[in-house]
Amino acid sequence: MFFTYLWRELRRRARQAIFIAIGLALGIGLVITVTAASAGVKNAEGTVLHSLYGVGTDITVTKAPTAASGGGQNFGFRGTFGSAGRRQTAGTKIDQNTLSAEPTLTSMGTSAVTTIAKMTNVAAAAGGLTLTDRTVSGTIPAFNSSGSSTGGSGGGGGGGGGGSFAGNFNTNSYSVTGVDIANGELGPLSTGTISSGRTFASADNSKDVALVEASYATTNKLKVGSAIEVGNAKGTATKFTVVGIVSEPSGSSPSDVYIPLPAAQALANLKNDVNTIYVSATSSDKIDTLAAAIKQTVPGSTVTDQSSLASQVTGSLSSASSLANSLGKWLAVAVLAAAFLLASLLTMSAVSRRIREFGTLKALGWKSRRVVGQVMGESLAIGIVGGVVGVALGFAGAQLVEHFSGNLSASLGGATGTATPGGAQRFGGGAGFGGAGGYGGAGGYGGGTTGTGTGFRGGFANAAHTASTVAVHLSAPVTITAIVLAVALAVLGGLIAGGFGGWRAARLRPAAALSKVA
Amino acid sequence: MYKLTNVVKDYSKGRATVHALRGVNLEIADGEWLAIQGPTGHGKSTLLQILGGLDRATAGTAELDGRELTRLGEGAMTEVRASSIGFIFQTFNLIPTLSAQENVETALVPLKVGAAARKARAAAALASVGLADRARHLPSELSGGQQQRVAIARALVKEPKVLLADEPTGNLDEDTRDEIIGLLEKMWQDNGLTMIMVTHDSSVARRAQRVGIMRDGQLSVRHGAGKPGPVTEPAG
Repeated sequence: MFFTYLWRELRRRARQAIFIAIGLALGIGLVITVTAASAGVKNAEGTVLHSLYGVGTDITVTKAPTAASGGGQNFGFRGTFGSAGRRQTAGTKIDQNTLSAEPTLTSMGTSAVTTIAKMTNVAAAAGGLTLTDRTVSGTIPAFNSSGSSTGGSGGGGGGGGGGSFAGNFNTNSYSVTGVDIANGELGPLSTGTISSGRTFASADNSKDVALVEASYATTNKLKVGSAIEVGNAKGTATKFTVVGIVSEPSGSSPSDVYIPLPAAQALANLKNDVNTIYVSATSSDKIDTLAAAIKQTVPGSTVTDQSSLASQVTGSLSSASSLANSLGKWLAVAVLAAAFLLASLLTMSAVSRRIREFGTLKALGWKSRRVVGQVMGESLAIGIVGGVVGVALGFAGAQLVEHFSGNLSASLGGATGTATPGGAQRFGGGAGFGGAGGYGGAGGYGGGTTGTGTGFRGGFANAAHTASTVAVHLSAPVTITAIVLAVALAVLGGLIAGGFGGWRAARLRPAAALSKVA
Repeated sequence: MYKLTNVVKDYSKGRATVHALRGVNLEIADGEWLAIQGPTGHGKSTLLQILGGLDRATAGTAELDGRELTRLGEGAMTEVRASSIGFIFQTFNLIPTLSAQENVETALVPLKVGAAARKARAAAALASVGLADRARHLPSELSGGQQQRVAIARALVKEPKVLLADEPTGNLDEDTRDEIIGLLEKMWQDNGLTMIMVTHDSSVARRAQRVGIMRDGQLSVRHGAGKPGPVTEPAG
């Protein structure tokens, strides 16, 4: 009798039932769409983080240089060019290959890695050393007394000591990252896939072997077995054998070359130093607590996790995040509240129209709770229909979000060494060759794209070591949690509406109900 | 069956108080047919509602088989209505979305009769009122007389002790009225019911054993032309 009566009643007021169901469906669909969009934004922010730091990295720790530290960038030419005031003999050949740290990042001792690895909520920690290899080769030109120089081509540009000169120098630079082989699941190398050769093995820790990023390898015609020269702090080169070619996902900011961390430390004369620490937390809900603890443990450090990265992200991803989390959330709540209210009002109205009917049933001996149950059952049925349609609308809405959002851009930037190793940095002055009377002066040798590679990184160029803009596609995944939430909301909507109507019906005295004659 | 002692029923209408019943005394024997007449608004339906436990007296006592109805809780009163009292209303009061058979079944739902037994008893009840072929029709597909027959079947399917009818022929034409009253009389005789009927129609009232006249909330009873029965004379 219960289901027969329920179905017949809903059929009798089908239009009203459909109206209520659609209202609930719209509210629930919006909740699911907004939830999916928020999840997608979160995933996109995670993609940005992981594309920069590698899958598995929850937190990165860096240290920006203080004002007094670092000093000017130099390329280790002092020894060659001599002290201030000494001119070199024209015709002297120069062939320097120098490996040095990014001036935007201060080194931290590997003891910091060990300390962090032992902290509560840390699953693993690994250090990395981001370096730049710069080569300069050429011949010291002759100077003339009129201040012009003769000889070759090359950048013009001033410098101290009167007179300018034209030199013939080839410059090249590429990025080198020393990686902790024992913790390969952390760090930027973890996002890559080996397209040729092999990845590092634990035995490589003491060898001069390297992995080369795929596009760099193509440009420089490198393959497995090729030799590349990696400089050192003294300006000489060490040959490394390429054992693998690694492809990094698009949107990430890979290094050109990866070598074992001990080798990078030794060559850059930064023994026991790292300039980035990659940390993975034991669970995602511990990340905030862990980040705060690391900041206290490593004074002066910049601790970046997904949420702090999110606050630094600009671009359309940031806009999408604001839209989903602010406007979207409140809009969904408002629509759902309106749907609940409408359902409740219409249900109460329907109960009012059936007062004589309910009075008759009570006169026949139906208990109040049976009558209330009938009313709530009808509302619950409408709520469930609304929920099912709402879930379908939510899926459709999520698909539309994915389809029309396209690729979003996420830019990370800052004047300090935060967020990314290097980032979009502008180096402070002193980027010269050092020494009054030398060949110094910013831009003296025309930073840019002479030779191979991408020109100087750092001093003369504004190019970031890692790309400051990452493209991510916004997905809108509908999770099981969202579906369960939708069903729960539908049931709740039905119960609220039915509760109001049932309360109205339960209060009826049969005589009063039967006396309401049209 | 029934014993009413100085029953009073007052209603509040805003600031005014309506005295619907002003000290009604009445005894009704088992198996008796009592008709109640009187002008509109003088308390006939109110008396019927008190007898049926649809409303509670403001003062006085109303007993059914020795049970004081005014002292029963809502749940207990509902159970009495479910098992012992059948109602027939002037406007039939059928559930519009249920078929004739399903309407009859609604009277058996509170008695927790199984679905199969419920269907069988409802079918039999409809057949007893001559509507076996209309079992699947909705009320909107039945005539007034047919709807009242369904209501009678619904009232009697649970084999009540008491049948309370409030103007059962009020919405029917003359021929149908005679048909329905004849049916009710037959049911009363065949089942040994106690039947209390409110009616404006004197020709209907005359068929009862006793006729009560409600005037200004007070009841006076006289013998009718119907089969005599063991009743007591009322006071006042």
